[in-house]
Parts: sequence; C-alpha cells; structure tokens
Amino acid sequence: MSETLERYFVPEPSRFPIFGSVALLLFGAGAALWVNQVKAGPWIFFLGIAILIYMLFGWFGQVVRESQGGKYGTRVDASFRWSMGWFIFSEVMFFAAFFGALFYVRVLTVPALSSGENEALLWQGYSGAWPNAGPRALDTAAVEPFTPMGAWGIPAINTLILLTSGATLTWAHYGLLKDKRGQLKLGLLLTILLGAIFLGFQAYEYVHAYGELNLRLDTGIYGSTFFMLTGFHGLHVTVGAIMLTVMLCRAVAGHFNSQHHFGFEAAAWYWHFVDVVWLILFVVVYWL
Amino acid sequence: MAAVIPDPLDHHHHHAPSGLMRWLTTTNHKDIGTMYLIFSFVMFLSGGVMALTIRAELFQPGLQVVQPEFFNQLTTMHGLVMVFGAIMPAFVGFANWQIPLMIGASDMAFARMNNWSFWLLPPAAILLLGSFFVPGGATAAGWTLYAPLSVQMGMGMDFAIFAIHIMGLSSIMGAINIVVTILNMRAPGMAMMKMPLFCWTWLITAYLLIAVMPVLAGAVTMILTDRHFGTSFFNAAGGGDPVMYQHIFWFFGHPEVYIMILPAFGIVSQIIPAFARKPLFGYASMVYATASIAILSFVVWAHHMFATGMPAVGQLYFMYATMLIAVPTGVKVFNWVATMWRGSLSFEPPMLWATGFIFVFTIGGFTGLICAIAPIDIQIHDTYYVVAHFHYVLVAGSLFALFAGAYYWLPKWTGHMPSDRLGKLHFWCSLVFFNVTFFPMHFLGLAGMPRRIPDYALQFTDFNALATIGAFGFGLSQLIFLAVVVKCARGGKPAAAKPWDGAEGLEWTVPSPAPYHTFEEAPLVK
Repeated sequence: MSETLERYFVPEPSRFPIFGSVALLLFGAGAALWVNQVKAGPWIFFLGIAILIYMLFGWFGQVVRESQGGKYGTRVDASFRWSMGWFIFSEVMFFAAFFGALFYVRVLTVPALSSGENEALLWQGYSGAWPNAGPRALDTAAVEPFTPMGAWGIPAINTLILLTSGATLTWAHYGLLKDKRGQLKLGLLLTILLGAIFLGFQAYEYVHAYGELNLRLDTGIYGSTFFMLTGFHGLHVTVGAIMLTVMLCRAVAGHFNSQHHFGFEAAAWYWHFVDVVWLILFVVVYWL
Repeated sequence: MAAVIPDPLDHHHHHAPSGLMRWLTTTNHKDIGTMYLIFSFVMFLSGGVMALTIRAELFQPGLQVVQPEFFNQLTTMHGLVMVFGAIMPAFVGFANWQIPLMIGASDMAFARMNNWSFWLLPPAAILLLGSFFVPGGATAAGWTLYAPLSVQMGMGMDFAIFAIHIMGLSSIMGAINIVVTILNMRAPGMAMMKMPLFCWTWLITAYLLIAVMPVLAGAVTMILTDRHFGTSFFNAAGGGDPVMYQHIFWFFGHPEVYIMILPAFGIVSQIIPAFARKPLFGYASMVYATASIAILSFVVWAHHMFATGMPAVGQLYFMYATMLIAVPTGVKVFNWVATMWRGSLSFEPPMLWATGFIFVFTIGGFTGLICAIAPIDIQIHDTYYVVAHFHYVLVAGSLFALFAGAYYWLPKWTGHMPSDRLGKLHFWCSLVFFNVTFFPMHFLGLAGMPRRIPDYALQFTDFNALATIGAFGFGLSQLIFLAVVVKCARGGKPAAAKPWDGAEGLEWTVPSPAPYHTFEEAPLVK
C-alpha cells in the first residue's frame, strides 16, 4: 500500500444520476405501457431512451475530462479495474440464466415431456428430438414446421470473424503499449469493422430465419432459446462496438498513453467477454 | 488508532448545492446513506400498511375488508416492497454510512454512481406501487412471481417486471461500489482480517448480489417475453417448463435470503462485543462462517420446491445440503453467546435488540431446519408454518438487527443520544407483539392452514384473531421508532465521539455527529 497517502478523488455533486433515474422511470413505464398496447407507451419509452443517451454522453464525457485532467490516480485506476471485472461477472450471470434455461429444457424438460406418462397420455408421438418447437408443434395443421439454423454456414463464419476481432484488438493494444498510434487506430478500426460485419451477418441470419426457415421467436422452446441467447449476445456486441468506437474517437483525439489507458482496456475486456459468450453460444446453440 | 479530522470548511463546500438539489446531486456517502435509510423506512411503513390490511381481513373467517383479488395483490406487493424496498435498501444505507467510516475511507469508491444507485430506487418504487392503479391492479402472482400465474397477470405484472429490473440495476451498482470500496480504500494498516465484521459480511453480501441479481433479471425477462413476445420458456406446450421458473427464481432467491441476513449478522457482531465489553469471540471463525453460508447458499435452492415432484435423489441432496447451513450459522450463534459469556453486560437499546435478535432469530433458524426436512416440508409447504418461519428470520432477524444498528449508530449520525426509555419501550413492545403475531402461525400451519388465502376454516379463527391483534400492536410499536428518530435528529443529549464505552472501531474516532467529510487523510491503523 505504497500509494495510500495519495488523496482519493471524490467527484463534485452531479446532476447526471438524477437524469438517469428519470430516464429509466420513463423507459420502464413506457415499455410496460407499450407492451400493453397503450398509445402513449412508445413515446414515453423513446423519451426515456433520449434522456438516457443524453445522460450517458454527459456522464462519460465528464469522466473522460476528469481522466484527461489527471484527477484519477493509481487507486482510482485500481477501483475502475475491480469494478469493470465485477460488472462483467454480473453480465456472465445474466447470460448464465438463459444458458441455464437452455440446458434445463434440453436435459430435463424435453425428455420428460416426450417419455412415460406425458408422452402416453398427453402428447402421443412427441419424440423430443432436439431441436423441436414443443409438443404443440405435433399439430402441423396449426403450427407450421420450421427448419433449424445450421452451424456451419454463417455462424461458423461469424465465429471466425469474432475470433479475428479479438486478435486485431490485442494487436491494437500492443500498438498502444509501444506508443505506435497508427497501429492502435488501425487495430481499433479493424475490430469495429469486424464487429459490424458480424452484426450484419447476424441480421441477415435473422431475416433468413424468419423468411425462409419459418424459425421465429415463438417457435416453441427452440425459437425462444435461440433468439433470446443470440439476441442478447448481439445486443452486447452492439454495446461493445459502441464502446470501441468511443475508444477510437478518443485515440484519434490523442487520449491514452502506454501507462494510462484503462478506458481502452475496459472496452477490450468487454469485447473479449462477448467473444467468449459467442464461443459457448456457437457450441451449445448452433452446433450441438 | 489515530484519525486526522479535517477542517470542516474545506474546499468541497464551496460548490455544494443547497435545498433539494443537494439531495438530488449529492456524492456524499453520508447524505446517500441517510436517503437510503429514510426511503427504506417509508417503504417499511407502506409494506406494513399492506400487512395490516391482510391481517385485518384474516381477523375473522369470511370476507370482510377486501376482495380476494385485492388480497392477493396485497400479499404479493407486501413481499416485494418489504424485500426490495425496505430490508435491502436499509442495509445498503447502513453500508453507505458505516463502511467508509469503519475502514477509514474518504467516501465510497464511486461517489457519483452511489448517488445513482439510490436515486434508481424511487423510480422503481413508483413503478411498483403505481401498478396498484393500472387496469387490473398490481400483480397478484405472489412475491415469487411463479409462472404460469405471472404469465397470465395483467398490466401490473409488467410494471413489477420493470421495477425489478431497475432495482436490480441499483443493487448491482451498489454492490460493486461496496466491493471496490472495501477492497481498495481501506486505511493503511487495515488488513482484511482486522476489518470490522460488518464490513466483512457486507463484502460477502455484495458478491452474492452481483452473482444473483442478474439471474433474477433474466428470470423476469423470460416472463416478459413469455407474456408478450410468444416465447415458451415456461409453457409446456411449447417445450418449456413452469417448474424451470422456480429453479431460476430460487437460484436467485436463496442467496437473496442471505443477502438480507448476512449484514444483520455483521451489525450484531459489532454490537455484542461493545456491550459485553469483550472482543468478539472467534473473529476468524465468524469470517469463515459467513463465507461458508454464502457459498452454500448457491447449492440449496430447490429446498423451496420439495412439493414440485422432484426426484427423491434431488430431495435428499437438497435436504442434506440445506441442513449443512446450520453448521456455520450455529458457529455464529455460539460465538455471540461466547462473546457475552462473563462479559460486563449492559442492556442499552442496541444491546437489547441484538440479544433479542439472537433469541428470535435462532427460533427462526430452527424452524428453518424443520422446513428443510423434505418429508415434513411436504406437509407444511405453502402453509402458515412457512410464513411463521420466514418472518422469524426476516422480521426478528433482519429487521431487529436493523433496529439494533440504528440505535447503535444514531449518536454518530445525529450527534444526539436516542431516548433510552423510548428505545427500550420500542424493543419490548416489538418483541412481545412480534411473537404474539407470528408464534401462533406455527400452529396454524401445522394444522394445515394454507398461506395466501383471504378466507379460512372456522377452526383457525382463534389463532388468526390473536395474530391480527399482535400485528396491529407490532405496527403501532414502530411509530415509537419514528418518534425516537425524529426526536434524536432534532436534539437531545449530545453524544460523545464514542458514546458507548465498550465500542471499538474507527467510526468512534471522529466527532458526533460525523463531519460531512471524514478521513480525507487516511488514518493509520495499528
């Protein structure tokens, strides 16, 4: 604890948190009204989003200014590191709930529904072979059959894209550590582009699923787990790409040096986290 | 222990806004702690009004006060408000006030985010309580929000879902803040194994929060998409499973009950040594016991689900794993009693509450063991026995410890001594009325009275009437606490820097009331 005599930075009173709270109140109320077909719902919802965006710009902008102003010493830096690590852990647990749901239905629910008394008395002929849309899909007159998403087309390409983006991001990090600013900016730009291509492919895959495979969010438990897992992952890729874009802008503006660049590292950690989630997703959602 | 007290008129004050803006924009852990505590007390009173309405209806058999639909909304909202609005924020309030003072930090690690963690709670409360007024009223699925009931509810359910999302966000940010503050901002010399036990219990609680609040968010998100977007997570016809909801929920829910009790253990572990005038017996074993309880809490969740038709192997595993938790909890109770053994005991209000906590919480712990026995649980599942059990641990456990802590630290917060006479009156009224309310519920449950039902068979009348009388007594007793706090905030006997002669810790080295900024220069802990 050699640096303990250093004063810890405590920020001035700030108006941003209360903006964030109002934003989330409108966001929550608007969403709850919207899903119940109340006309004002989407307006309230998007007003909340707008205030949230204002708040995020203002708040992170202030953090960047404070960082550039040299207010964050080594202990604040350590705090940021701890907090980003635990934030990512909380995200891991969020995905764990959905992966857990997938494992639970595949290992317990679907075999139980397709065997013994359930099969004999309730849903005769339900084989439970994965992937399936649940016993109600046996009634092919009411539920149109679907085609599952294959693993070795776009998803395999997307796996390569994300793995490559992890490499380009690490290359950018080495550039930063060696004060090669060109390598930093080029690496970041490549990573963001690869992320954008990934999202483009993902969007194409969704269109393909809805349009040609008849695979939709309401396609029983397969559709539910497929779209919720890949959808939340895609959302996290989007957030990660936005973070990296901010880091690219900051790099262009001359921020970061080989010693102080936690903002960059935090975005990189987050990017690697979405990378790892994708690998698990590729194996258990697309492949197996 | 030496502390450097900074000049109170330091540079921070030149920019501080006043009036409402001070509270909206503050980055001060003491301001934020105060707001948490006031918010949780308001929620405690509103959840209490719901409880009293429930008890009024149950005073006699038949329907007198409310309709069954509204009764179900009340039981649901009482649970949600008390868990997420009262108990959890109250402990975060204590953490905000005390952790920086106890470890010699100038503030929380992320002071602005700390403000947001608090100010997310009122919006969540508006969504939750406001859902009473939407078409169809509030959700009536029970606080556990089990599918398929929660999938079939009206608009109020969606408000509850988004309220839970916002409260979860608040909890995760608060927990990360506490973890980082404890790991990174301790004063020089404050080794982890020298930390006050309250900080230890909160550190472990914060880990639990970070691990399980996202799981709850996932569970309610699945309900939302099942309700409105056609997914089949909890619908067997689509290949899903309503029992899966219970697994996901209780994977959150069981650590959650320890989230609500571990900081209480921490508070009691601060108070008992102070009033026994002896160091805490078995400090290291207390730390390890807390960690053991936290780890075990992740592997026992299905003991809430013995009646769902689990395989016998599963029932056996969850039964034995659950009973294992009695070991570290027993270590704690033993250590508290051993701390008091041959101590110079005195029973000021904090100590009364802490001692009362040990008695009544231990009863709740024992009934928990009974519930853990799978064959017995089949009989008492969803009866008043379970209601009695968890109110013994949540009211007599968490709430009594919160009161103990409030009486203990009010002199530090306000600079005045809380009234000894009123504090004791509050304690004895609460203790008696608490037992009058909840003890008969054990008998009702064993006799087979189901929970969450507005009407009941005639043979349950006497104990229900008794419980209702107790509940109103308990509710009114809490107004004494309000009076104590208001009086204490306004004035009274000035408190010394260390008003309790046996108290130990850095928080007693700063003046009472604690200055707005403390430990701007870290103290040296020897």
